[in-house]
Amino acid sequence: MTSIDTHHAAGTAAAPPAVAVWITSADHKQVGRLYAGTGLVGLLAGLVLAVLVAFERIDAEGYQLLDTDSATQVLAAARLLLTFGAVAPLLLGLAVAIVPLQLGARSLALPRLAAGGFWMWLTGLGLAVASIIANGGPGGGSSEMVDLYLLGTIVMSSGLLMTATSVATSVLTTRAPGMGLLRAPLFAWSALVGSVTMLLALPVFVGTSIYLWVDHKYARAAFGGNVGVSDWAGWALSQPFTYLLAIPALGMVLDIVPVMGRTSLAQRTGAYVALGIVSIATLATVTQTMVTLPWDGDSFFDNAGDKIADLLPWGLLTVIPLLGVLGVLGTSALTLKNGKPRVAAPLVFAMHGLLTIVLGVAAHILGSIDDAGVRGSIFEAGTYVAITFGSVTVAFGALCYWGPKLWGRRISDKAALPLALLALLATALGSIPYMIAGFADQPAGALDGFAYDGPQELWNTLTTAGFALMLLTSLGFIALAAKSFTSGEAAGDDPWDGQTLEWATSSPPPADNFSDLAVVGSATPLLDLKSASNGKDA
Amino acid sequence: MLALPPAPTAPARRQVFVGTALAITAATTLLGGMLATWLQFRADAPLRESPRRGLIRDWMPEKILVPEVATNMMLIGLCVVCIMAQWAVYSAKRADRTHAGLAFGLTALFGLMVVNAQVFTWTQMGVAANDGAFHTMFYAITGTMTLLLVVGIVFTAVAAFRFLGGRTKELEVVSASALYWYFLTAAFTAVWFVVYVQK
Repeated sequence: MTSIDTHHAAGTAAAPPAVAVWITSADHKQVGRLYAGTGLVGLLAGLVLAVLVAFERIDAEGYQLLDTDSATQVLAAARLLLTFGAVAPLLLGLAVAIVPLQLGARSLALPRLAAGGFWMWLTGLGLAVASIIANGGPGGGSSEMVDLYLLGTIVMSSGLLMTATSVATSVLTTRAPGMGLLRAPLFAWSALVGSVTMLLALPVFVGTSIYLWVDHKYARAAFGGNVGVSDWAGWALSQPFTYLLAIPALGMVLDIVPVMGRTSLAQRTGAYVALGIVSIATLATVTQTMVTLPWDGDSFFDNAGDKIADLLPWGLLTVIPLLGVLGVLGTSALTLKNGKPRVAAPLVFAMHGLLTIVLGVAAHILGSIDDAGVRGSIFEAGTYVAITFGSVTVAFGALCYWGPKLWGRRISDKAALPLALLALLATALGSIPYMIAGFADQPAGALDGFAYDGPQELWNTLTTAGFALMLLTSLGFIALAAKSFTSGEAAGDDPWDGQTLEWATSSPPPADNFSDLAVVGSATPLLDLKSASNGKDA
Repeated sequence: MLALPPAPTAPARRQVFVGTALAITAATTLLGGMLATWLQFRADAPLRESPRRGLIRDWMPEKILVPEVATNMMLIGLCVVCIMAQWAVYSAKRADRTHAGLAFGLTALFGLMVVNAQVFTWTQMGVAANDGAFHTMFYAITGTMTLLLVVGIVFTAVAAFRFLGGRTKELEVVSASALYWYFLTAAFTAVWFVVYVQK
């Protein structure tokens, strides 16, 4: 009698192919790496298009590389890729990968939701970009492709919402014993604030996109057809929505600064509050309102009641977020002053990014004052560039800082430092000339056929150089990261002498993050432990 | 390597329930934003003379009639769904599989009834999607509401399969699905009032 054994012998089960592991994994570290990796690819694509757009603006007499039909779409694709293809996935991906480690959790809450969210985001972004390439997107000539673009943005945003739900749930439910919300690391806190604000603001964009999609597909009666797409949904690619995406970047800075400063964070409670009040910009985003301040020169006291009625919402929705960002800057500066900072790439990237975010938020306030006369001008693009490039720069610093926990290896500090300086120069060149050109009435959204006062070619050439430098910086950083993470110096478990729980596990962490769950007695458990140990040794 | 003191096994912190509450927050702003846009369009519509109601906003075309019995039944049906969903939670807490199964079944059945009533409303109203602003926005907002209802039915089915399949200790999914039905009832009340009552 012949018998066939259909069972594998113990331990000889065939391992699934690596691609299948990447696609099906719900391990938060894997999902975070996927988000960050695709975010870097999206960043490169967005920057290439941004360079193209900036180059076209140099000569306002006509197009050099693009044509009238494609200019609007390339402009839209650049913003879409930089906002939803780079900043959002980079920062959210780092939150997915690092926050559970900071919380002392064995995994992310609702991990399959986060993984599903990643694939949904990627599919939606792919559909939106493909539709733009095929003459869709805002102002596109192919009605089917405009429909596909709108559908893509709905799917993409839904994916981000799923992942944000998972991150926020993690911070609320998986903290280590003893870790109250005000003992959570600042990055984890910022991930909570950023995720919740995203849950409040992004669905409004989804709802608008649903209206636009149904209306464009069937009637084009309510929202202005393909041209109306930018008018109704363009706010998600501008300020103050970009503030919301930048909130986790502020938390990253607040975690990196004390470790690099070799001291405790100054004014910790103030830092929690500062991050919280940046989220007030959500209100401005959800209401889709650009708050303006009609000042009318010297006539303020002629109609003081009405002016104050305008000032109150403006102050609440536009100025208060700046106070939050300034609070983060002040806390960071004070911490560095109190400590003995080491000049390392994470710190330089983080502080450069923070400074440019502050510049962008402050410039947005200026842009919201009617009498400044920059509404509808390219000034808004300068503001956008400062916040977006600032967020990306902080993300580079975070990748240098948390790289050991993502890949087990360190990015070379010596090689990364020049890139951090280059990023600052690139952001300054990419944003400030646009702000100046805005005061000279260069219109937003136009790549040719415009005229304005001033040395037009100079400002637009400087901006093009800034974008090209940022592209070079990003290429250099990605090459450096790829080299370091494949063959770089192996990192120890705690290479930066960290203060929070992610540095208490191995680099990279095992599948379930920690061998034992720990009891936490303060916001900086490792720092306390090291201080106690040093005290005993002494 | 330094080590922190080990913790005892941490109590479960209702991840599915908290996650559902956050998803409900997102869905609230989704529908809230859509209703706000709807109200803005209606407020911006020109005035016209109505033979029955005098001077009104020219928003919903005069010839379109809302089947009020069906739309009112949707609202009542959702209230019943909440009771059924809460019954499922009550029975599940007492490990009463028979009553829990019955409650899950009735929850899904009443949910399907509401979806059916929505489809009936669409066919009875005879709104052609390509006729104008009201028409496309009507389908966008009621379609989104229906999609959320279908998600509720699927959520209930998942909770039922998990509980009846033997995971009787994991009550969190059951209470999370009930929470979602409460949200759906509140959300539909707003949609019902703005779209079908105020018109």
